[in-house]
Formats: sequence, structure tokens, C-alpha cells
Amino acid sequence: MPRSGREPVCASARRYARPQRRATVFDARTGNVNPMLKRLFIFFTLILVAAIFSDVALNYSEHTELSRLAQHYASKGPEELGAANLVTSVVVTYRGLDTLGEVTVLFISAAGVGLMLRRRKHPDTVVPARKPASELVETAARLLMPMVFVFGVYVFANGHLTPGGGFQGGAIIASGVLLLLLAMPQAQLSHRLIGFTESLSGFSYVVVGVLGIVLAGGFLDNRILPLGSFGSLFSAGAIPIIYVFVGLKVGSELSAVVDRFRSDESKPEL
Amino acid sequence: MIEILMILLCAGILISGILAVRLESMVGAVVSAGLASLFAAVTYVILAAPDVAMTEASIGSGLSTVIFLYAIRKTRGED
Repeated sequence: MPRSGREPVCASARRYARPQRRATVFDARTGNVNPMLKRLFIFFTLILVAAIFSDVALNYSEHTELSRLAQHYASKGPEELGAANLVTSVVVTYRGLDTLGEVTVLFISAAGVGLMLRRRKHPDTVVPARKPASELVETAARLLMPMVFVFGVYVFANGHLTPGGGFQGGAIIASGVLLLLLAMPQAQLSHRLIGFTESLSGFSYVVVGVLGIVLAGGFLDNRILPLGSFGSLFSAGAIPIIYVFVGLKVGSELSAVVDRFRSDESKPEL
Repeated sequence: MIEILMILLCAGILISGILAVRLESMVGAVVSAGLASLFAAVTYVILAAPDVAMTEASIGSGLSTVIFLYAIRKTRGED
């Protein structure tokens, strides 16, 4: 329950110190902000937000046609880049640099998790014995895991044809790894393998991007490979290759994050 | 028909979001945050954005829920 400034906190000894404390805006000792001021601040922020969004809500009108940029993507995208899934050609090629940035953000957060939740140095500390998973979970995982992995690979390998792509496929693969870790609590992920996959695919992604500068129109241009016949698996130039790398990278990063959060019950060392 | 479904889904997002903030139990709050993501994913499918829906369903309601649960277990006893 939030304590209002009026009621005495507890002991009478504190009462003499109280009046000057109540007047302060920010109490460094307890870290409390003056409640009145806090409420005022929240009130004004709400008014500001309401002012911004009322404009959006009152002048709302449905778009009946695409903007010029979107028009260009929609009409020229398929013939320029040869990808059946237009979203993919925007994400990987027209806005490829953004995707590279997103992958980098994910890499940094995975690295941060790895740093904060690192394991103990001593190799002789025993891994605490975990309760084995129930038979239901184990059997279901054994049945589902191959399907989950194959589906993840399907999603990122077909990113240029069907909805989905590197991020989604990678997340599906990571949830397959999660299922594996839940079903077999004693299993240890090979961090060397994960690190190797992660860095290799990140490196290859950038290499493919740089090849675009050399062989085609610019960074991450997908036309370094022939566009192929529209709608087939090997088409759309370098988009499937890029998506395979993104999928592997995202999958290994998210698996590493999940594994770090799971690994030994103890609290993180500080 | 589709409008009613949309209204129900949006109400679901709102209710589970409010629950995620208000619930006393940490696990319940995490689960209802995941539920909000799941409702959002279904709305994306209806709004013809299957790519976003896949991301939302797998990351928003799948992995992040589990990571939150692991984090709660790691910090158990301290709020």
C-alpha cells in the first residue's frame, strides 16, 4: 500500500525529523519522490499523451490508396527482386540494413545475458541433479521435436515464398531447443557449437551484403545470384541465403539466451 | 461476424494486459502477459499480417513467457 505523507510512519523518535523530510521533492535516502509531485507529473503526462492521440483519433480517415513508396514496392518489387512474399523483399533487400541492425541488437542482448548470467569458473562444481521430466513431456517432446525443427527450417528457407522468415524460423527453432531442455533437464547445450554457428552466420550475412556492393547495385542487394523463376524455391537471388543465415543466427542466439536463463538453479553470481 | 471477433479479441488483449499489471501472483501476471501476446497474434492474422503474427506468437507468447518464468525462479524470494 502506498504510504501517504500524513500518517506517522512508526516511532515517535522519527517525528522530529519528519517535517523537513516531507517538504523535499526527492528523498535520496529512501528514494521516494514526493507523492503529490508524482501525481501531478503523471497527470500532465496523461494530458500530453491525450493531446497527441486525440489528434490521431479525431482526424482518422482510412487510407484508400497506398503511399508512393508502398506503391513502388507493391508494383515493382516482384519483378525487381523476384520474391513472391513482398514482405520479405522489403525486409531483406529494400530495408536490409534495418534487418542487419535488428540482428545486431539481438546479438548484443544475447551477449549481455551471457555476460550477466555466466557460469562459475570452476569446472568441478557439480551440476545440481534436476528432477527428470515427466513421461508425458518426454514422449511428446520426442515426437514433436523433429517436427518443430523441420518446421523452423521450412519457415526460414521458404521466407521468400510464404509468410515467415529468418526471425520467425529462428524463434521456432529456439522453442524446439526449449522443448528439448524441458524434456531432458540433464542435457547440456554445446556452447561452442552455438557460438560457432552464431558467428559464422553473422559473418556470412555481412559478406553476402558486401558482395552486393561488388556484384550488384548496393549493400545487401539480392541480385548477386540469378533471380530464377518466380515462386520456386531457388529464386529471388540471395534472399533465401540471407534468410538461412538470419534464421541460424537468431535460432542460436535465442537458444543461448534460454539456456543461460535455465542453467543451474543458483542465483547469478555478482 | 469478423467485427464481433475483433472486438472480443481486443477486449481479450485489454483484459489480459490489465490482469498482467494487477495480479498479485507473479506467475499469473507473466502468463496473462503471454496471453495478451497470443490474442494480439490472432488479431494480426485477421488483419492480414501473418509474418508479424508468427513473430508475436513465437517470441511474445512463447519464448519471453518462459524466460520470465525462469527469471522468477532465479530470483524467488526477492520481489
